Amino acid sequence: MKKLIYLSFMLFIGAACMVACNDDSDDIPVDPDLTAGTGRMLLKFDNVAGNEDLVLDNKTYANSSGEDLTISKFNYFVSNFKLVRDDGKTYTIPQDSSYFRIVEADAKSQTIALNRLPEGNYTGIEYIVGVDSLRSVSGIEKRGGALDPSGDMAGDGMYWAWTSGYIFVKLEGSSSKSSSSNGKFYYHIGFYGGFESKEKTVNNIKNIKIDFAGNNAVVRGDSVPQVRITADVLKVFNGPNPVSVAKNPSIMFDFTLSSGVANNYKSMFGFGEIKQNSLAK
Amino acid sequence: MLKTVKSIRDIIQQKFLVVPVLVLLTGAMWLMIMVGACTSEETVDPENKTPTPLAWRKPANFPDPVYDLNKNPLTVEGVELGKFLFYDGLLSRTNVIGCGTCHQQQSAFTHHGHELSHGVDDQLGKRNTPSIQNMAWNPLFFWDGGVRDMDFVPFNPIENPVEMGETVNHVLEKLRLTPDKSAKIPVDYPKMFKAAFGTPEITTERMMKAISQFMTTMVSAESRYDKFAIGDVTALSAQEKEGLILFRKNCSSCHEGELFTNYSFRNNGLAPLKYEDLGRFDVTRRESDRNLFKVPSLRNVSFTAPYMHDGRYKTLGEVLEHYTDKVVSSPTLDPAFIQSGGKTGLNLTDDEKESIIAFLRTLSDDNFIKNNAFSDPGIGNAF
Repeated sequence: MKKLIYLSFMLFIGAACMVACNDDSDDIPVDPDLTAGTGRMLLKFDNVAGNEDLVLDNKTYANSSGEDLTISKFNYFVSNFKLVRDDGKTYTIPQDSSYFRIVEADAKSQTIALNRLPEGNYTGIEYIVGVDSLRSVSGIEKRGGALDPSGDMAGDGMYWAWTSGYIFVKLEGSSSKSSSSNGKFYYHIGFYGGFESKEKTVNNIKNIKIDFAGNNAVVRGDSVPQVRITADVLKVFNGPNPVSVAKNPSIMFDFTLSSGVANNYKSMFGFGEIKQNSLAK
Repeated sequence: MLKTVKSIRDIIQQKFLVVPVLVLLTGAMWLMIMVGACTSEETVDPENKTPTPLAWRKPANFPDPVYDLNKNPLTVEGVELGKFLFYDGLLSRTNVIGCGTCHQQQSAFTHHGHELSHGVDDQLGKRNTPSIQNMAWNPLFFWDGGVRDMDFVPFNPIENPVEMGETVNHVLEKLRLTPDKSAKIPVDYPKMFKAAFGTPEITTERMMKAISQFMTTMVSAESRYDKFAIGDVTALSAQEKEGLILFRKNCSSCHEGELFTNYSFRNNGLAPLKYEDLGRFDVTRRESDRNLFKVPSLRNVSFTAPYMHDGRYKTLGEVLEHYTDKVVSSPTLDPAFIQSGGKTGLNLTDDEKESIIAFLRTLSDDNFIKNNAFSDPGIGNAF
């Protein structure tokens, strides 16, 4: 019976789609969002430096300005996930289960599970780097899990108490070229746009779209695919707005500099590969 | 607030008529005698009772509060927990500095005599401790307005390295490990969290909500001015009434309404100190916000010296002298201080200033600074 309802629903959507397609060359269905199912998908955020795996503290890299770099901290928020299926329909993860803090020093944090997915072949994923503005100003009862503001700012804390907002990307390290007194550099990039027009800040929330490059992540029954997504730390430095540790060893509050870094890191993600049925023994 | 607590008892007393109460009491005594050396805990297990709702009443002359009490309904146990958290030095890295260390009741919850806030290891902050009163009406907090929700206020002092120098995470861990038998008073926080929230879990949300509950009860609305405002024309003297008229004419464009602030940000022409404090600019990065600070409430102002965001003035006389003679021009100086001829400051005679100060003293609320409901339960450290 369930299957029948599902089938007729699909037929209806399909028909609606065909009607819509007549005057819509983008093939976008009117209401593309799917409802929850029982499938799962894992996303592995694999932090890299260029072509190699990122190693904290003990390995020296170079940015496009030719400055040597060691990385001691590389943490970021990813949130508001949406999956795209091969039939063009999308599934949006319920927002309360859609905030993750990826911490390079914590391997466990780097694999996240997207649960209750409708079955199907998924071709891509969309998310944001950072925390959306609505959640950035919501009440404390909406700040559990990854969003808990109680963390240690000197450690992996990603909450700015003084201006009530989250740091979206936190990147720290050392360089012989850094102009700071301790040879370190600190890039804490946040700002969701501000609470109201009178206190507008820069908006560094970035939308990311990852296409699985023609591959499908197959979510069906017990089969749980794992999609590897790379995040290249060097792209935080080397983008349209090259970051020099000699010139700017600290970027946090300056809107121009901080949005420059955000416009770099919005391109740091890439598709790795898909491991189908990743939990199979 | 004590009044509100009392009023709940009044209500309870009114609900039960005296005779049935006596009958019940007699019955209970008989029951105790019958059962043996029982206590009244026989009928109510204090371990599992639900938190007792606490009535909170808006003062008659106040606007509606900004804080949403529906999201955090006050309970007797929640407020009590908040009070303990407010005073407990465990909230700081050194386990010595509590909120109540810099927010002392006899100074309307400011740090009397301290120009700048004074935190762990004798470190100095860059601004004067603001008063904690009537917090539920605050649309934004701190001198620069960086925080908009009362539940997020405590993160700031706890995590500021020159204030309490702690992390909230570590505070939660320390609270979970109580009672500490070596403490002055071995407070059992898991038990208090259970009483306030039903289970002993100690979380960020619960900690912040308990502190907000306590701060919500810290209402000051029983000054002589309030008696005047709700209809007692004899509450103010002739000079004080004259001061009120002058105040409304000269000061109330910023120190507006019954809270005596409109919570706007202004540059009131203070001469720059050695290190420039950018104020509101720190939050908004807008040039027009450079050196602007939040207009503070003037309630209890006679208790809250020293004055201004940097505590530079020791007396109200000095403050008024600033506004008539010392206002410094700068690109963001508030237009209220620029006269038509280009001169800065306000025009007030010495007599007028005295009258204004006389009026400001009528904003003192002795009940607020003496009310036991807000006092240190014996766990705090005040320096």
